[in-house]
Amino acid sequence: MAAIELRGLTKVYPGGVKALDSLDLDIPDGEFFALLGPSGCGKTTLLRTIAGLETATGGAVVIGERDVTGVQPGGRDVAMVFQDYALFPHMDVTDNIAYPLRIKKVAKGARREKAEEVGARLGLDHLMDRRPGQLSGGQQQRVALARVMATQAQAFLFDEPLSNLDARLRLEARTFLKKLQRELGVTTVFVTHDQAEALAMADRMAVMEAGHIRQIGTPVEVFQRPANTFVAGFIGSTPMNLLDGAVRGDTLEVAGCKVAVPIAAEGRLTDGEKIVYGVRPEYMAYSAGPAEGVLSGKVAIVENLGASHLVTLDVNDVLVQAVVPEGSEPAVGDDGHALPRRDRALVYRDGELV
Amino acid sequence: MAQATSPPEVVKEDARTRRGYSSDAAGLGSLRAGAFVAPALLLIAAFLVFPALWVLYLGLTNYRLTGAAAAEPEFVGLANLLDAVFNPTFWNSTWLTVQFVLGSAVIGQVVLGFTIAWLLRDRAGPLKRLVEGLVILAWILPSAVVSFLWVALLDRDGGTLNALLGIPGFPWLLDHPMLSIIVFNTWRGTAFSMMLYGAALGNVPPSHLESARLAGASGWQQLRDVVFPHIRGHILTNLLLISLWTFNDFSPFLLTAGGPDGRSEVLAVHVYKVALQSGELGYGAAVSTIILLINLVVAVFYLRLLRSKK
Repeated sequence: MAAIELRGLTKVYPGGVKALDSLDLDIPDGEFFALLGPSGCGKTTLLRTIAGLETATGGAVVIGERDVTGVQPGGRDVAMVFQDYALFPHMDVTDNIAYPLRIKKVAKGARREKAEEVGARLGLDHLMDRRPGQLSGGQQQRVALARVMATQAQAFLFDEPLSNLDARLRLEARTFLKKLQRELGVTTVFVTHDQAEALAMADRMAVMEAGHIRQIGTPVEVFQRPANTFVAGFIGSTPMNLLDGAVRGDTLEVAGCKVAVPIAAEGRLTDGEKIVYGVRPEYMAYSAGPAEGVLSGKVAIVENLGASHLVTLDVNDVLVQAVVPEGSEPAVGDDGHALPRRDRALVYRDGELV
Repeated sequence: MAQATSPPEVVKEDARTRRGYSSDAAGLGSLRAGAFVAPALLLIAAFLVFPALWVLYLGLTNYRLTGAAAAEPEFVGLANLLDAVFNPTFWNSTWLTVQFVLGSAVIGQVVLGFTIAWLLRDRAGPLKRLVEGLVILAWILPSAVVSFLWVALLDRDGGTLNALLGIPGFPWLLDHPMLSIIVFNTWRGTAFSMMLYGAALGNVPPSHLESARLAGASGWQQLRDVVFPHIRGHILTNLLLISLWTFNDFSPFLLTAGGPDGRSEVLAVHVYKVALQSGELGYGAAVSTIILLINLVVAVFYLRLLRSKK
């Protein structure tokens, strides 16, 4: 078990594509850490560079206080679960789980025992003689996890571990993975493009864009106080309302309406400056009647989210979204008013949180 | 087709009157489908099946190129086959052919072809294109041209190889006829294996190799545990094809003419010599029949291995 430190890590692909641009990151021992970002942001490259499957162009990777930047993948004492699980089709489950031990020249009896112990822990005991081709997606994933666990590596790396599972199984696996990681206490870094997955599983997470880390924090911090408009737009199952506006005295003018300055931004704004006003649809109180500090407009679209509805208001040609609990949803064409929560709304200046 | 939009009962009636008319994917029916295939089948029958059967028949006669037996061949039954089986020259040729196949096809082309494909697998750019270009060039040149080049290379007095090694007068084709044709055929045929393995290696999932690397597997362990199991089918298909091609290959004749003293007379050359140079067509046909049988055994052996997958 070990902490992972990245110091000025840079990766430039042949051809000049800068996949990682001088990244610094500290992942303490035992943490479940998520790398989140849209495709092409460099999150998988970062994970592969930690694993040693890609060589860093600059900077250092330190695992457990040992600089492993120039060390081969096999010498870094990390184990990885691949997106496609990478189970060997010609080996049965026992041999697959025991494979890293076989390479480490553990005696046959000992590695079988270890494989069976880990397999039983993951509920694979009745499948140990099967080939990967005879297993379901969820079972294959558990075999891949078992193989990682059997190595007793210092750190685990998961590359999109849930993306090959169907939606229902994914939720189960999410809970299972989080519980397992907590029990094992092994430092684990996982890559995902699904913000809900990162929020749900991670102790802390890094949001990446174009080779840069845009924010590091706990899921609560990242969700409630996105550090910039990129993170704000990326996190959340319904995207945050990011509305152009300007400071007008002690209120904000947003989409032709007057709204109160958010608590977090009080006293930090200068009159007249241009800002972006951000508020999540979940933090909007919708009502049919007008009130002070609301965004008022006509209901353009109503989308059913199950237990709630996502109402899109056309506020002077700017679209504003609000989540409305079931039973009180308006009809399209109604006049509607959305009151942002002052304690949750945010102000961005030049794309950065004020 | 009208059937596609007809109500079900009409289709049923139609199927009864004209059975199988539209039951196949193309909706042609066996008669019309047969008509399309017939020209190709006729050509195959005329140029492949008939000569093969004719050889089987000739092998049972004492047919000769010249003389009385050429005018009126007699049916001699299995006499030719028995002659071959008791003829030490035939067994010598068979043994040389086995050496030729094992040396140039199985060891030479497969090992060399795989090695080149493996070394070039992650490379791009001029080096890869140069190596591939040279190897493929050896493959696409006509045999007569290539043989001439090799004769020039190995020539005793003015040969390039001797000039390079500084040993003028060393008779490669006389002293080492089998080694010469084995190296020659390896050089000539490696391109096919290289391309086949190049394609096969592209199908090995990178994550499997990476998984092995993370476990600390060495290059050989990665080959053994990841690559070979994945390309087993390709290896067997490759072995089957090049074994048969090499077994029937006649181009050694262009280098050594089977000599000296029959020391490089592989079966294909042996048949040519007895049938066309000595004129014993009947006996040559009988040996050809034996070659055919050996080919069948080899093919069945590989196909069995292929099918026993998993």
